[in-house]
Amino acid sequence: MSNAIKADLKQNILNNFKSFEAELNGQSRSEVHQLRRKALDSFESVGFPGVKNEEYKYTPITKSLGKEFDFNNISKSGTIESKKVNDFLIKDLDAYNIVIINGQFSKEYSNVSSVDPKLSIQSLAEAFAEQQALLSTHFAKYANSESDTFTALNTAFSKEGVFINVDSNYIVDKPIAIYFISDADREKVIAQPRNLILVGKNSEVEIIESFYTIGAETSFTNVVSEIVVGENAHVHYAKIGLENDKAHHIGNTQVYQAANSVFNATTATLEGGMVRNNMNIVLDAEGCEANMYGLYLLNGKQHVDNHTMVDHRKPNSFSNELYKGIMNEKSTGVFNGKIFVRQDAQKTNAFQSNKNILLSDDATINTKPQLEIWADDVKCSHGATTGQLDEEQLFYLRARGLSKESARAMLLYAFAHEAIEKVKSDAVRDYLDKLIKERLNKNFQ
Amino acid sequence: MSKDTQILEEFTSSEYKYGFESNIEADSAPKGLNEDIVRFISHKKEEPEWMLEWRLKAYRHWLTLEEPKWPNVTYPEINYQDIIYYSAPKQKVAPKSLDEVDPELRATFEKLGISLQEQKRLTGVAVDAVLDSVSVATTFKDKLAELGIIFCSFSEAVKEHPELVKKYIGSVVPVNDNYFSALNSAVFSDGSFCYIPKGVRCPMELSTYFRINAANTGQFERTLIIADEGSYVSYLEGCTAPMRDENQLHAAVVEIYAAKDAEVKYSTVQNWYPGDKDGKGGIYNFVTKRGICAGDHSKISWTQVETGSAITWKYPSCILKGDHSVGEFYSVAVTNNMQQADTGTKMVHIGKNTKSRIVSKGVSAGKSQNSYRGLVKVFKRAENARNHSQCDSLLMGDRCGAHTFPYIESENSTAQIEHEATTSKIGEDQIFYCTQRGIDEESAVALIVNGYCKEVLNQLPMEFAVEAQKLLALTLEGSVG
Amino acid sequence: MLSIKNLHASIDDKEILRGIDLEVKAGEVHAIMGPNGSGKSTLASVLAGREDYEVTQGSIDFLGNDLLDLGAEERAREGLFLAFQYPVEIPGVSSTNFLKTAVNQIREHRGQEPLDAVSFLTLIKEKMKLVEMDQSLLSRSLNEGFSGGEKKRNEIFQMAVLEPKLAILDETDSGLDIDALRIVANGVNQLKNSDNATVVVTHYQRLLDYIVPDFVHVLFNGRIVKSGTKELALELEEKGYDWIKEEVNEATA
Repeated sequence: MSNAIKADLKQNILNNFKSFEAELNGQSRSEVHQLRRKALDSFESVGFPGVKNEEYKYTPITKSLGKEFDFNNISKSGTIESKKVNDFLIKDLDAYNIVIINGQFSKEYSNVSSVDPKLSIQSLAEAFAEQQALLSTHFAKYANSESDTFTALNTAFSKEGVFINVDSNYIVDKPIAIYFISDADREKVIAQPRNLILVGKNSEVEIIESFYTIGAETSFTNVVSEIVVGENAHVHYAKIGLENDKAHHIGNTQVYQAANSVFNATTATLEGGMVRNNMNIVLDAEGCEANMYGLYLLNGKQHVDNHTMVDHRKPNSFSNELYKGIMNEKSTGVFNGKIFVRQDAQKTNAFQSNKNILLSDDATINTKPQLEIWADDVKCSHGATTGQLDEEQLFYLRARGLSKESARAMLLYAFAHEAIEKVKSDAVRDYLDKLIKERLNKNFQ
Repeated sequence: MSKDTQILEEFTSSEYKYGFESNIEADSAPKGLNEDIVRFISHKKEEPEWMLEWRLKAYRHWLTLEEPKWPNVTYPEINYQDIIYYSAPKQKVAPKSLDEVDPELRATFEKLGISLQEQKRLTGVAVDAVLDSVSVATTFKDKLAELGIIFCSFSEAVKEHPELVKKYIGSVVPVNDNYFSALNSAVFSDGSFCYIPKGVRCPMELSTYFRINAANTGQFERTLIIADEGSYVSYLEGCTAPMRDENQLHAAVVEIYAAKDAEVKYSTVQNWYPGDKDGKGGIYNFVTKRGICAGDHSKISWTQVETGSAITWKYPSCILKGDHSVGEFYSVAVTNNMQQADTGTKMVHIGKNTKSRIVSKGVSAGKSQNSYRGLVKVFKRAENARNHSQCDSLLMGDRCGAHTFPYIESENSTAQIEHEATTSKIGEDQIFYCTQRGIDEESAVALIVNGYCKEVLNQLPMEFAVEAQKLLALTLEGSVG
Repeated sequence: MLSIKNLHASIDDKEILRGIDLEVKAGEVHAIMGPNGSGKSTLASVLAGREDYEVTQGSIDFLGNDLLDLGAEERAREGLFLAFQYPVEIPGVSSTNFLKTAVNQIREHRGQEPLDAVSFLTLIKEKMKLVEMDQSLLSRSLNEGFSGGEKKRNEIFQMAVLEPKLAILDETDSGLDIDALRIVANGVNQLKNSDNATVVVTHYQRLLDYIVPDFVHVLFNGRIVKSGTKELALELEEKGYDWIKEEVNEATA
């Protein structure tokens, strides 16, 4: 893409920021707003990633955005019928449901009234007004605007999203499910939800973020979630991507772990046009454990890029990662996993694995598992494989009477299932399982 | 301070044994780089017009390029105008036989363990010795010529075999490939040239020995190996330099062309001066090495043992164009003190049923940084391409770093690519087990490191393997716990 | 030969050995028994010079040397051998190469000429017969992919080659089937003479049917709480360790 379009996009966003500021009704002197301005400065100096940007080498998001969006009007609210919203809710999942439409917290569809005082769930806009102390300690303190331009863009326009605070010593009784819906029925839509999730000492919670689109127009979601896992706390996190072929998605999940905490994540991208998931985990104390699982099932011209980063900063922590992908037709998968082991982080154990199956000659996979280690007393390994279904296994199943199609589907399902089996809620796991089976039968024969 | 750390401290005192300087009169170009220098070099070499044009084209292209910043290494900016681009040992007349080579020069190579006298030489190895920028002697030439093998200095090849040079130079590493290859193409002063005719199996190892002697000079040699249909050659390369406080630039280019059914084995033991323990001095080793398996069933195998240089920046690569062609890369990279290495390979699968294998063993000690960077690329038509990569890093001490950057790009669904990497510390249990059997700690470390590198060392020709093992022990002298 | 006086040792500030006294003379076989966690393996490790352990009190004299002053390899060169409970794998290093390095460094220490390849091979071939070891194990990487039994046999084989003055066998019998046990014990017995001594650390009496001890010591809570002859081992086999624990508790109560 030409630099001119890139510059235009950027200029439109800078102009847009002025009107965004004007709408803030005098809040523009607040502490939060100073962070927004700083983020805008970062965005202004870096701009959209060009083709030579190593981090976006395989994902031409700027080109794609430039074709579809002019960024003249960023935040938009949408209205959706309740029936449509209900269609998205995960079946049989008893959860605190939060619905975000085009980046705006929908009070109408969210069901968060009857929560325990030890748990607060509210819109970020409300939290800016009511939770100033917590926000000033945590907001935008983990997701780094300087290292990622889309985080900068989100932070600059951060206004709406979800704020969750779990007090210390509290086991949240049921999962919290956040549904992000882009309504592109009438026009193109850009949504930039911003979430902050704080989990106190010794507490436990399960969070599910899922993404959907309605309508035939293009959409762009640029979401940032900051998650702080307190000492000895357990957080189970799932991110489910089910947007349509015309959706552009950039997601940054930024996790900060305190001592002896556990963070389990599953990122499943089953639909979407051009998707980039960044999962960054900072292990800033001893005894932390982070488990990351990922699955991407791609067909058509889908493009899904998973970037993960685990930063071991202190000794005696453990991280484990397994990402799996199946690429069909003309789709492209990208995996980049970074493991950093800092000089202080002795006795670190870190494992990473990325496995891919290409089903078509037009599909592509680019993978770059990366280890950067500055400590010597560590055990780290990574592996990556790219291949096809095992012909021997296929033959074995067919020799037992299975059709070629069902044998393939069975093996692909087994391959995919491993990446989602650690999801905490049965209902969510079953939901994913069902989607995977449907997809394999429909698109991967 | 723990005992481990103490031993590590001691380790940094090991000396570079090839650090002497020879007093040989040199014929040099003035410092700096411009078109006149390029002309000067070409004139000195009595080159034909086409060669000069080729150099100038490269030079002009180089001016448009920027020095790459992506390797995981840091160094002060290089002043390209502060380097002497041509230095040749002064010889009144070209030697007609090896006996006529300047005795001081011969002594220099004797000291390095390289005898230029054929009868004294280990049988089975022919040597082309390059001092600073110029090839000073090539042994066993006549014997090889009987088989039709051409093994000579690059400048000689330009004069004697212009049709071959013209056809292949820049065909594997194009002039515009990268910053350092463009620079080399403009100013390369000599190097080795080798042609193995159809169906000939080269009966001895061919070897080039590089030595930087003069101060402030860069070394820019160029090697071109052409293996015609069904031929085989094993090629060795060794290098050393005197200890100097300033950094010296070495930007070489190696091109290998393998025709149908040909096989080339290229082994390097790189022992340029690494600088002192505080990182002062040492060679910047920025090298472009690439081979093309142009014909079906051809094979190129790179083996390298990298122990020297302040900074190493090289990726011996294989372009697997012919169907059923095979590329291999075996590497041991050891860094100590303040050394930095960013090395690996590229395996580019273009032909059908192509195979590649990568075995990389990194050892980092002291405050050094050791990176593996590799690309496995499978193009769409490369049906049934196979790759297996194994990258292991061994860490000694808590102030060094090991980094792994493998890139895997696959566009073909029938490709199978496997990458495995591990990073670990040298095992205290292993060392204790050895010491309990009466082996001292240093020998234990050498034993364990040699064992760890065995898969790669096994690929080296016999005499080189012994040399490499000694070198590993020397580089890591006194290390670890 | 070996004289241990009031030995205290700890790891990570946790005291494991709390005052060990032991005299071993040339020609003797001592067995050290005791329940899990009593400090048996710690004692073996401290004697061999493993650095994880800190000796806080006491002294060890070995053939007139202060053992605690010597590094692990110096102890080995003076003739102290430890058969490891868990022999370590060293990938890429062949058993032959390993042993040759060890033998020649020990010879150098003793002021002897290094063995040339031929005499070294003759030596190890002869010693292999002793433990009925397959020659193919020699060219394989040290202990890598060896079965448990092969590893233990390899330890005794190394002992045969190095001909130590004092051999400490740390749980060499654990994990061995009866045939392997017999082979290992035979090897040890054949190496025994009036100039050397053996300390057998074990959990089970079974081994002592084959390697008959002159003395049996019971280690409990970091101290030798009872010493006797081989009958003591039989008694332990029959009654377990509980009665010893009770005795100790009564005595300290």
